[in-house]
Amino acid sequence: MNDTPAAPLLDVRGLKVHFPVRRGPFGRVTGHVRAVDGVSLALRPGETLGLVGESGCGKTTLGRALARAVEPSAGRVLYDPGDGGDPWDVGALSRRGLRAYQRQVRVVFQDPFSSLNPRMTLLRIVGDPLKAHGLASGSELEDRVADMLTRVGLSSRYMRRYPHAFSGGERQRISIARALILGPRLVIADEPVSALDVSVRAQILNLLLELREQLNLTYLFISHDLSVVESVCDRVAVMYLGKVVETGPTSPLYAQPRHPYTEALLSAVPRPDPRLRGAGRRIRLADDLPDPARPPAGCSFHTRCQAAVDGVCDVPGRPPELAPAGEGRLTACHRATDLTLTGVPALGPAVEGA
Amino acid sequence: MPPDLTTAPAAPRPAAPDHAPLLEIEGLKTHVDTPEGIVRAVDGAGFSVPRGKIVCLVGESGCGKSMTARSVLGLVEPPSRIVEGAIRWHRDGGESVDLAALDPRGEAMRAVRGREIAMVFQEPMAALSALHTIGDQVIEAIRLHLPLSREEAEERAVRLLTRVGIPRAAERLRSYSFQLSGGMCQRVMIAIALACDPALLIADEPTTALDVTTQARILDLLGDLQADTGMSVLFITHDLGVVAEIADEVVVMYLGTVVEHGPVDDIFHHPQHPYTRALLGSVPRLGTGPRQRLDTIRGTVPHPSERPEGCPFHPRCDVAVAGVCDRGEGPVEVALGASRGVRCVHAGAEGSAS
Repeated sequence: MNDTPAAPLLDVRGLKVHFPVRRGPFGRVTGHVRAVDGVSLALRPGETLGLVGESGCGKTTLGRALARAVEPSAGRVLYDPGDGGDPWDVGALSRRGLRAYQRQVRVVFQDPFSSLNPRMTLLRIVGDPLKAHGLASGSELEDRVADMLTRVGLSSRYMRRYPHAFSGGERQRISIARALILGPRLVIADEPVSALDVSVRAQILNLLLELREQLNLTYLFISHDLSVVESVCDRVAVMYLGKVVETGPTSPLYAQPRHPYTEALLSAVPRPDPRLRGAGRRIRLADDLPDPARPPAGCSFHTRCQAAVDGVCDVPGRPPELAPAGEGRLTACHRATDLTLTGVPALGPAVEGA
Repeated sequence: MPPDLTTAPAAPRPAAPDHAPLLEIEGLKTHVDTPEGIVRAVDGAGFSVPRGKIVCLVGESGCGKSMTARSVLGLVEPPSRIVEGAIRWHRDGGESVDLAALDPRGEAMRAVRGREIAMVFQEPMAALSALHTIGDQVIEAIRLHLPLSREEAEERAVRLLTRVGIPRAAERLRSYSFQLSGGMCQRVMIAIALACDPALLIADEPTTALDVTTQARILDLLGDLQADTGMSVLFITHDLGVVAEIADEVVVMYLGTVVEHGPVDDIFHHPQHPYTRALLGSVPRLGTGPRQRLDTIRGTVPHPSERPEGCPFHPRCDVAVAGVCDRGEGPVEVALGASRGVRCVHAGAEGSAS
């Protein structure tokens, strides 16, 4: 972890992604789904930032906007290319600039079964980005693909095979190889292990950790699984209805959350020890996430929050802003200073069964 | 909050005094004919479900856990078939039937399926019809098995929906599944399953598609319903956290066979089979802090058509004995107490008996 306030690799300021809702025969725009609604975040070089939240909170859309796979509606993303020059304004890049950006920022997707083209051999799947960017061809391309396959734990002998011959874990290794072949600095991993079996999941997580050390990578790790996020991420950002409600270093954030939503999420995680059943505070949120086209007034979490106070948390036009909460942490809660929230007691590393 | 207990659909089932299990599976073999040969999806599985208990069936994809459940319900259709084994269903009065020997489409099986044994699936959105109202679907399930008038069935439907935590149940009868969230749809599925007061509820990954906050509430609900009605639950999952939260007993499957079974605390704190131990080691535990390397199991689960000889786990096992574990039919089950068994040549030999 680096405490030096190095220039962020990615500096996200007030980013919004709104999707129009169209109704009627002429497709009249009747409203907007505010998938990402004013997110400010900094990703520091070399860190792994976890992005967590329920489905529909906008974490995937945020990841896609940062990769410039969807167009933001407002806000800025500044990228530090690391060459001593000025940061790039990602929204204002030329076509050439965007290609350079997309070489340095790569994405790994969740589903290893649908994200690989079944008609392409491994050589093409992994090697195509090199070709598309005009970086290698012929035997040099084959050598680089072989080298990358070895790095992710696959034999280079498999280069001429098709994806169907591989298991879920192996396919995720292929996706990782494809993402890393261009030598990126930032990898956006969207639920990279959610579709995998337990034993294979651990292999892929360890591989991601090793590659981070070997290749000096920075990760944005998007996941709904808070146990996985804790084991991988240095810092965590919690999203709710398009907004970041809390960020901070992983251990203090898990030990003592500063936002009631983080507290509720942590209390809902099933813990793999029957002796912990019923231990700790149980908070149960109502099932229904509000409609992101019409977020509740004031704090958008107030409709499900046990600590919400009428006249404070539900005042229209007064949403809570992200504010410092000690230890390099930020929280967006009107009641942050008068709440004491419960997190997860630290187990310490590697506890063996009793 | 659980709804008022007075709305429970029926009086609690009297706790059965006999210690005979409700369901006993013995040497079950369910095979699938494929053009490439026979896939032994379930290959000699055996375990029992006691009365009034929640039994979790755990394993990775391809271990045969879902196929086992389908065999119990007579939902095995060509090219799959039950080749061998018994599925003994012991009714309250002492009468027993072998479900494996019944005609899956026959009257006897249809009286069991849906009435005495009910089922909840993983994808609640897909399992409900989008063309019929929630009310119609619940009422149909009730009237299929119980001789009630439309009005009586509607009353019962409202009580059931209220019991499973659906607010304004009478209004919701006229809703369609696409108007409800995933969690609400799963509650409707549970209401349909409970329509006829089953003695056994089989739940196949019922929370896998849900958010962690919703999952916690559905697990609470299933636990409450089990306690109120005294029914047994066979809960199929790959998530060891969920197992620790809800199970009384655990059955661990690997490649079509049961490798270990026992009370939940024994399985988590004194696992005996190398596979169970490895599986537990590969799960991240909340509270351990970031940058933790997880234990892994080497290799991947082989395809069921490439089942290794001998103990199915031996190619991935750290303590496999050459010449012993890699030949023959594989180890037989070693009983370690009344409700505890392990299929491993090392069983009982390494101290730490349960």
